[in-house]
Amino acid sequence: MLNYDLVVVGGGPAGMAAALQAHEEGIEKIIILERADTLGGILEQCIHTGFGLHYFGEELSGPEYAGRFIEQVYNTDIDVKVDTMVLDISADNVVTAVNNFDGLLTIQAKAIVLAMGCRERPRGALSIAGSRAAGIMTAGTAQKYVNMDGYMPGKTVVILGSGDIGLIMARRMTLEGAKVKAVCELMPYSGGLTRNIVQCLEDFGIPLRLSCTVVATHGKERLEGVTVANVDEHLKPIPGTEEYIPCDTLMLSVGLIPENELSKNAGITLDPVTNGPVVDEYRETTHKGVFACGNVLQVHDLVDFVTEESKLAGSGAAKFIKGEKAEDGVVHTKGENGVRYIVPQNISRATDKDVKLYFRVGRVLENVTLTVTCGDEVLLSKKKRKMTPGEMEYVTLKAEVVKQLPVDSTIVVSTKEA
Amino acid sequence: MKYDVVVIGAGVVGALITRELSKLNVRVAMADKFNDVAMGTTKANSAIVHGGFDAANGTLKAKLNVRGTELMPQICKALSVPYRNNGSLVLAFSEKEMEHVHTLYARGVKNGVPRLSVVDKETVLKMEPHVSEEVVGALLSESAGIVCPYELTIAAAENAVTNGAEFLRNCEVQAIREENGEFVLETSLGEITAQYVVNAAGIHSDDIARMIGDDSISLVARKGEYYLLDKSFGYMADHTIFQCPNEMGKGVLVTPTVDGNLLIGPSALDVDDKEDVDTTPEGLEFIVEKAKKSVPTLNVRGAITSFAGMRAHPVTDDFIIAFSEKNDRFLNVAGIESPGLSAAPAIAEMVAGMFKEKAELTEKSEYTETREAPVRFRHMTKSEREALIAKNKAYGRIICRCETITEGEIVDAIHAPAGARDVDGVKRRTRAGMGRCQGGFCGSKVVEILARELNVPMNEITKFGGESKILFEKTK
Ligand SMILES: Cc1cc2nc3c(=O)[nH]c(=O)nc-3n(C[C@H](O)[C@H](O)[C@H](O)COP(=O)(O)OP(=O)(O)OC[C@H]3O[C@@H](n4cnc5c(N)ncnc54)[C@H](O)[C@@H]3O)c2cc1C
Ligand SMILES: Cc1cc2nc3c(=O)[nH]c(=O)nc-3n(C[C@H](O)[C@H](O)[C@H](O)COP(=O)(O)OP(=O)(O)OC[C@H]3O[C@@H](n4cnc5c(N)ncnc54)[C@H](O)[C@@H]3O)c2cc1C
Repeated sequence: MLNYDLVVVGGGPAGMAAALQAHEEGIEKIIILERADTLGGILEQCIHTGFGLHYFGEELSGPEYAGRFIEQVYNTDIDVKVDTMVLDISADNVVTAVNNFDGLLTIQAKAIVLAMGCRERPRGALSIAGSRAAGIMTAGTAQKYVNMDGYMPGKTVVILGSGDIGLIMARRMTLEGAKVKAVCELMPYSGGLTRNIVQCLEDFGIPLRLSCTVVATHGKERLEGVTVANVDEHLKPIPGTEEYIPCDTLMLSVGLIPENELSKNAGITLDPVTNGPVVDEYRETTHKGVFACGNVLQVHDLVDFVTEESKLAGSGAAKFIKGEKAEDGVVHTKGENGVRYIVPQNISRATDKDVKLYFRVGRVLENVTLTVTCGDEVLLSKKKRKMTPGEMEYVTLKAEVVKQLPVDSTIVVSTKEA
Repeated sequence: MKYDVVVIGAGVVGALITRELSKLNVRVAMADKFNDVAMGTTKANSAIVHGGFDAANGTLKAKLNVRGTELMPQICKALSVPYRNNGSLVLAFSEKEMEHVHTLYARGVKNGVPRLSVVDKETVLKMEPHVSEEVVGALLSESAGIVCPYELTIAAAENAVTNGAEFLRNCEVQAIREENGEFVLETSLGEITAQYVVNAAGIHSDDIARMIGDDSISLVARKGEYYLLDKSFGYMADHTIFQCPNEMGKGVLVTPTVDGNLLIGPSALDVDDKEDVDTTPEGLEFIVEKAKKSVPTLNVRGAITSFAGMRAHPVTDDFIIAFSEKNDRFLNVAGIESPGLSAAPAIAEMVAGMFKEKAELTEKSEYTETREAPVRFRHMTKSEREALIAKNKAYGRIICRCETITEGEIVDAIHAPAGARDVDGVKRRTRAGMGRCQGGFCGSKVVEILARELNVPMNEITKFGGESKILFEKTK
């Protein structure tokens, strides 16, 4: 059995930032385990630009953004094993992994950072009726075929779901010569970033059909077409609005789910809304010494926020290893009235830093007042012109404010229409 | 190409027949129009090994079901195919339905079904705590079980090929003529000569019979749709849970699968197009509604996929297993609707017997009765895994992370006798792509491995043969 201070599971932007931060804070024995053949995570296939505007103040492509961190990692003595898949994390923080050069690896860790990213929701989760023809795939799979393998996965395309990956693939496929006939979105608004709707659809004249879904797929061997229909306010297809669109490819961009099989098996408590672990302000899970960050914790749309969050996790892990993570009772957080969830779910009153509460709203909200309260006390109140489910929001709470809250009290983030 | 016997159809029936024939001194080939075995009804059904109380007394269906169910455990053991003797319950929700349960009981006893009993509400709820409180009693059939129909077929084909049979894929039989006392099969692979033909073409067995002028078989195509739920819902049923037929139709079942998922279905819809295995919104809605009667807490948000299968319902309501009136070297094995999977081992036994008698065939002096279990990394202990990787590094590379499937297992599946040639073939043999993400992560890797192992470009790899290509040309 090997011994490490910190084992980082997943070498995407989250894992790398956490490892680098812990290293900076003096942790010596760190290892990153990554199942793919390179570090970089999902960024390796995102060859479009738009990364790093917040963090580096410049527009980088996915691989460029990742590249900056990969270089830093290899310039330290952080150990890296790629092509290595973590299979299990035990109750006493023993990590079991497998690869084709060491065989089975067991590592005793003082602390662990979970940074496994997320996966795309498949078709089954949607139960679209119709055929099992080839040509139905998630947008991320299509992205991998085009950007990594260099093959076109389709020529005439309908995209279901207006998540960012779908929007980006609409543009990518168009640039590669395919015809994207429509992007259908079940909700009355898009789940993607506004800038992606403009740059990926509007600039190419690709229609975005809101309140619309795919009700059936057709074709025996390769897909030949889909039937789309408008939906009512209960998201049920409206009879009579069906329309047949011939296409050879249906791409699904219908949401991402944190990759939490390992977390679940380790007995870590998950938040039913985010599908990621319940964490404190340093992103420590309910399992002592195990931290989580990036898309495995909550699905992010901007990698810059991933980096920021992961540095917190790395810092928390470093403090935990050094026995410096202070405790003084916790307060809880909760979203209400349109605020779907809050990360972190718990905050230690001993926090030495201001705490950002990240959240998403459940529908488009305009001209609302955002309030943060604890019992009768209003901690913060803010006017917001517009908030959409596609964009992650945050409010910052001062450390002094958190310190004076009663143990086990609950901070509520809520909205009020003006 | 010249054979003594050609079996048309590589479903569970054709494959088990071919396996029995491969033990005899006879040159046998199994032809299927698809790129793989188990691509017809065999890949989409309820996967139940029925007790045998359903079919009318004295029918072939009844006799072969009971015998097949008896043979199933040992065949599955010999072929290393997962089988579970979980037992089945037919639930009654009223006194009237209880009467039906007693009728089934009496019929079952007459059919020779062992370990059959009528149980009361308390017993049902104790056995199945998620069943509706409305239940009043049930028929318990302890010999019933579950099996993976395509694994059984794959294993049988593999064993048959090991014993010298040939599997002709992408071989669609288009016409049959007789020449010099032999059959000449005109196929998409060219002409094939055979002394004997076994027609095990499932829903198309009537069309195949017609090719020799035998129009005695009449089949009705009836579609059945299903939902498959994630393993985290597998706990909701331990037995296979049936409903009594009533005014509203036949009822649907809720059952665990051998892999631990939960399966609900089927619907029943007569259709004109035999190839129409599309699922429909109405069909899917129907089965959920019906299934909730048995297990009210069911939630289809756990669905990972839906699919449909085609019943080959013979108007005579019984299996047709006989040499044709038109030609006594042409054996029809037709109208094999449910419980055809359960009966398949017995059908194969019966057919082999018919051939032995007819053609005076003897057994080979040597053949392999068993098929070795494929490597299953996910089921191994730590030390087994270590030993395996030490032997072959490819078992250290995980390709499908939802199901923990290694590269080594995928390569094995491709190079096995009658092995996988497409993505779905790999999936059925290894479970790669069958998990929660349904191939989102590993799909492209499987395409890569297939291309490498079969030595073709990636864009020639298909999902399930034919025109089901996954990729087009290279990007610019
Ligand atoms: C297609 C796409 C487009 C995007 N576009 C933009 C954009 O334009 N601009 C922007 O700022 N942000 C964008 N984002 C968001 C941002 O890139 C992601 O949020 C970020 O990459 C998440 O980082 P992560 O490290 O949490 O996850 P990932 O990058 O997914 O990394 C997780 C890593 O963990 C590894 N792993 C998982 N399980 C195991 C295991 N058991 N053992 C070992 N390793 C494991 C995986 O292989 C992977 O490398 C996009 C995201 C996606 C998916
Ligand atoms: C909805 C449903 C549920 C069922 N549930 C159960 C159950 O729980 N338990 C049970 O015991 N039974 C069940 N059955 C029945 C069982 O599935 C079938 O009896 C069994 O699969 C039939 O196998 P087969 O080999 O005869 O047919 P198939 O699997 O259909 O095989 C026939 C093969 O012939 C090939 N073929 C056809 N035409 C040609 C041609 N011209 N040239 C070459 N090849 C050709 C096809 O490609 C196909 O592969 C169910 C059936 C259905 C539809």
